[in-house]
Amino acid sequence: MAAESSWTAKVRSATVEKFEPEDLLPDHQPAYVSSWIYVFGVLTIASLAMIILSGFVLTFEGPAWWHSSNVGHYVNSVHLWSVELFFIFMVVHLWGKFWMAAWRGKRLATWITGCLAFFASIITGFTGYIIQTNFDSQWIATQAKDGFNAMGIGAFFNTLNTGQAILLHVSLLPLVLGIIVVWHIILVRRKGVVPPMEEVDSATRSVETMEVKK
Amino acid sequence: MSRRLSTVDPSKKWSGPTRKYDLVKEFVIAFLVIAVAALTLAGLFSSPDEKAITLQSWSKAAPADFVQTAAGELAGTTTSASYGPPYNNAADGQKILGISPAKVVGVHIPINPAQSFVIEPLKISADVPTRAAIDAWNSAPEKVRTGWATAYADALAKDGKATSLADTKNEYGPVPTLVTSLLAMAKSGGLDGALTTSDTNMPTNFTKPLLFLADGGTYFSDLASAQHLGGDQWGVMNETGSWPGQSWLWLYSFWYQIDPFKSSEDADVLVMTLMGVLSLLLVFLPLIPGLRKIPYLIPVHRLIWKKWYRRSSKS
Amino acid sequence: MRFLEINLNHPAHYFTFGPFSVSAGNLAIIIFMFLIFAAALILPFPDHDEHKPQSSSREES
Repeated sequence: MAAESSWTAKVRSATVEKFEPEDLLPDHQPAYVSSWIYVFGVLTIASLAMIILSGFVLTFEGPAWWHSSNVGHYVNSVHLWSVELFFIFMVVHLWGKFWMAAWRGKRLATWITGCLAFFASIITGFTGYIIQTNFDSQWIATQAKDGFNAMGIGAFFNTLNTGQAILLHVSLLPLVLGIIVVWHIILVRRKGVVPPMEEVDSATRSVETMEVKK
Repeated sequence: MSRRLSTVDPSKKWSGPTRKYDLVKEFVIAFLVIAVAALTLAGLFSSPDEKAITLQSWSKAAPADFVQTAAGELAGTTTSASYGPPYNNAADGQKILGISPAKVVGVHIPINPAQSFVIEPLKISADVPTRAAIDAWNSAPEKVRTGWATAYADALAKDGKATSLADTKNEYGPVPTLVTSLLAMAKSGGLDGALTTSDTNMPTNFTKPLLFLADGGTYFSDLASAQHLGGDQWGVMNETGSWPGQSWLWLYSFWYQIDPFKSSEDADVLVMTLMGVLSLLLVFLPLIPGLRKIPYLIPVHRLIWKKWYRRSSKS
Repeated sequence: MRFLEINLNHPAHYFTFGPFSVSAGNLAIIIFMFLIFAAALILPFPDHDEHKPQSSSREES
């Protein structure tokens, strides 16, 4: 297997062969995975699923439908509250992972992809706010343009160009966020759930030593 | 002195005791919980939808503010007329460490407010005095135009309530005619159409009408301030009505409330850069000495893994 | 599609402390986050059947 020289074989051994089926879809977890803190990751994913489902409905009916239809307004409300739930659970998930120092044991990439997912979510959420086609979106777009313009980004991402913002919000950014989230989940499954921290009484010296030891 | 309860190497695959776990079942339950929560919250609390402002609604509700803004566009004194890149070269844009990122990138969305917001839309008009006023404006030297428009803008601002003023001293040139025609066009709804369709007949880009609206002196910003949406009111994280907003933007919003950002002309570039640096700190936190020790110094993990530590200390 | 609606379409109440100002809606969200975080730390997690160490096939070098 290692002697294979084809590109395909190299990609296979670097990707799919790294996974065992029970890592990807486990039916057992280490005994220390026993706390409610572990539910916030899956609640975040579930909220994202709800955002995508309600977003599908809004997409099929178009950006201005919800102003004139009661059903449309309700679907918009589902979309908004799913977003609020999504951010609530994502931030609490982040708090939990911080206090667990969950980057230990070569899990730095998991931490980084999680942070990137957070930032991509903020930008995606923001583009959603500026395509509401109402007073709120007008105000946010005219205010936020100054921040992007000051950084030189405004020349390419024009918050006042509603058509551009719609395309970003329903196609490009969900794709980017989707890739980051899938990558994050694969890393979580591949590396497994981080084990408990060793207890250290006084200085954190021994912790540092332990970290370097790996 | 250290109470070493376990000697787990976190980079090694777990080979200790395990417990039963059903990933698919967990996801399905989580999804059902979220679905019920979102559907219920949406039913209970609905969502905000404050009607969009049009140039028509603005010109009808606050005609004096509208004509002052229109005269300001001709005089070159409004926000967008003096903005700089990416719209024009009227200024350098905000600076950080002596560099203006906006200027480096340059003008990408060219807008000359006097032409784009006033003269071009008025060309649609078939009204004879308006056409004569456009010709008079276009054929006058820049300095003369600015003199007319500045004089009229100042007079309107001084009066505060007037939507037009008589040119008793013969110093406003064609400006009163232009501004009055634009007000009539805005009231009819024609200006909304003219500004959105100036580049294409099937518009998706609202840069021009929104820039013009945001140039307004009081109407648009007063509506926003009344809803606590102003930048100095933590407006970035607020929402219209009583709904929760983008509370995750609290830190970004915070910097605008304090000095040196609050009173800086370069607040946007400073806050954006600062947030960029803080975001990098979060991303690379596991590598930063000091910050990465916090979870060890404040042992929240004792609560998270309390069961595990309890059984480890027994064995 | 609006059942039992609680009307939020009115000016918000704001809590202000020094430079800080937060709407009742945002404050409710933030308090909720702290509450569920604290609850997750404190509330006992239901016990599950535990298994002894798995066979060495799950071991990775």
